[in-house]
Amino acid sequence: MKKKERTLKFALAGNPNCGKTTLFNRITGSSQSVGNWPGVTVERKAGTARAAGALISVVDLPGIYSLAPYSPEEKVAHDYLLSGEPDLILDVVDATNLERNLYLTTQLSELGIPMAVALNMADEVEKRGETIDCALLSRKLGVPVVSVSASRGTGVGLLLKAAVETAREKASPLPARFYSPALEQAIRGTEEAVRTPCTRWRAVGLLEGSEPLSGLAPQARRKIEALRKTIPVTEALDLDMIVADQRYRFLGALCRSAVRKTRVSSGGGYSEKIDRVLAGRFLGLPLFFLFMLGVFWVTFGAPGSFLGDWLNGRVLAFSRFLDGVLRSSGTQDWARSLAVDGILGGVGAVFVFLPQIVLLFAMLSFLEDSGYMARAVFMMDRLLRKIGLSGRAFVPLLMGFGCTVPAVMSTRILEREKDRRLTVLIVPFMSCSAKMPVYSLIISALFAGHRALTVFSVYALGIVLGVLSALLFKNTILQGEPAPFVMELPPYRVPTFQNLRLHVWQRLKDFLQKAGTVLLFATVAVWFLQYFTPSMGHASDPSQSILAAAGKRIAPVFTLCGFGEWRQAVSLVTGLVAKESVVSTMRVLYPAGVSGSLAEALKAAFTPDSAYAFLIFVLLYTPCVAALSAIRREMGSLKWTALTVGYQMGLAWFASAFFYQWATLLRHIF
Amino acid sequence: MIRLSELPYGQSGVVVRIGGAGALRRRIIDMGLTPGTAVRMGRAAPLGDPVQIAVRGYELSIRKSEAREILVEERKER
Repeated sequence: MKKKERTLKFALAGNPNCGKTTLFNRITGSSQSVGNWPGVTVERKAGTARAAGALISVVDLPGIYSLAPYSPEEKVAHDYLLSGEPDLILDVVDATNLERNLYLTTQLSELGIPMAVALNMADEVEKRGETIDCALLSRKLGVPVVSVSASRGTGVGLLLKAAVETAREKASPLPARFYSPALEQAIRGTEEAVRTPCTRWRAVGLLEGSEPLSGLAPQARRKIEALRKTIPVTEALDLDMIVADQRYRFLGALCRSAVRKTRVSSGGGYSEKIDRVLAGRFLGLPLFFLFMLGVFWVTFGAPGSFLGDWLNGRVLAFSRFLDGVLRSSGTQDWARSLAVDGILGGVGAVFVFLPQIVLLFAMLSFLEDSGYMARAVFMMDRLLRKIGLSGRAFVPLLMGFGCTVPAVMSTRILEREKDRRLTVLIVPFMSCSAKMPVYSLIISALFAGHRALTVFSVYALGIVLGVLSALLFKNTILQGEPAPFVMELPPYRVPTFQNLRLHVWQRLKDFLQKAGTVLLFATVAVWFLQYFTPSMGHASDPSQSILAAAGKRIAPVFTLCGFGEWRQAVSLVTGLVAKESVVSTMRVLYPAGVSGSLAEALKAAFTPDSAYAFLIFVLLYTPCVAALSAIRREMGSLKWTALTVGYQMGLAWFASAFFYQWATLLRHIF
Repeated sequence: MIRLSELPYGQSGVVVRIGGAGALRRRIIDMGLTPGTAVRMGRAAPLGDPVQIAVRGYELSIRKSEAREILVEERKER
């Protein structure tokens, strides 16, 4: 019997938009352990697969254009590749954009790590009437090259077989001839000068100056400095430029000989035609706003609320059914109350927003995968620069409307710390989808006639205060120029259903996990605290309960805002666990009256003025603990986290008190 | 020889030199803008900046301020 083989570690590397994530999904299927966010692979996602008799674990790295990292996200990829951990680099190359994609390949092949190239989207190239000579690419680059279509799944088996063989043989890439004889000579000289085993990548870096010489012995340093003088440079082709220039020259020649036109192409340049409209001078911005409105309408308008209402009906019916069963079976009163009022009432109230969350994330994922998000970034750059950010910040800000946690994490795509901090500070003002249940509840109780207008005004207020806050910080503690903006505009593509499904499933899983753990715990805790009196007897009236006693201590803080009643204060506090808790807490706390409707109870508890002030507070105050821990991680400093929290709390209290006091005053006058 | 930012929309040129310094210059070079590379000026974003250029068979967007650092030789369209 064969000895048990250890797991082979593959690192999946490649340019952004090369179909890397699609290939990853294809290889690992449902065995993935960490989720990602559309377009921005924030976490190191890992998965396992079996191929050619070997067990392999695959790590999906953030997309990079070169091994020189610019953003923290790219640094993750860079550091992992150089960590010595991967047994093989699986380099994904977009065949429709061969020259620039292979530039990274030329760098990766110099790391001395076994490597295989997946030539992705070869089918699209064929549609253009071209063929690519894989054997020639393989020979010239010194690594196996296998043509695949990640979206259709063809060639993946062959790719994995070649990759496993290469990894087992520990076959490092064969030396390729990227450089002129003079430069090649200098690189060899550098390798010798360093003495200790030195990868070609490091030698090149030392020679061109991207890697500091300071760690070397003085003798080696002098030798390398002398070697630099042997490289023929010109004013335009200086030392920084020459290595990149020769790589690209090599690739230009390689692509000319490896790509053959088999027939005159038909219908190319479709992206250009679409761009003329979607990013065009006249229609670009109107269409952009139309799309954004469309996303919000589908989520919060008729389609989303229809599905939500339907689910709500099911939950209520089940709740009544369960109540009846428990009553007739003679279950103890407290147990029935825990199951029906506590768990089902609380978690169920949140559960009905599932359809809206699915819709929102499906649409965000569609925008990203289709290539439109890059155009939105392109169009928004000018505006965002006015508030001290680059167009790239648009992605986290838009995601903020879904969930603050991935939005904050996605700020890693920003190159500069100042931009990241500023973005993290204002992302929470983009009202996250978890606040929606709260708005819906309050609005259906008090503003039923002006549903759309009220929702719109809350979202708009968040954006306006976000912009004003950005301007405030930009001109005080976060001064400086916005980061440069060099961004690829990938061709438009039809998103694959599998990617869409996996993206949405990931978000859904997070939500269900939250509902099953944090929210469940919070509702049970709230139920417990309102069911018992401080002396542990049954509180026949919630106002005698432990919760009421605690709430009454906090409530005075909110008197100026118009919602200084203990139930309101308690729901805001539980909102720190998760924003949906505000709703589930209210459901537990406000006794369902004769009509049995929570809306009726709320109508009595709020005036329109205090209700709107409450909405303002919910919009602005500190996001949930999960968001806070994400903010803490990305800010990398306790001071900045404290500043963020303090600013949000202060602004929320001030804005809602400001609104309530003025509204009251104006009502007295008129 | 003109700045890339001055290249009229729809016109092509050949990169002569990349100015600027540091990480930004490095990024521009890594994206394939090296001397001798053909570029075509596409369009400006609806608000006038950034601009979209075609290089090495793909579309890249850069700000006008960055395009100013890139010197090109204008090439007459056939």
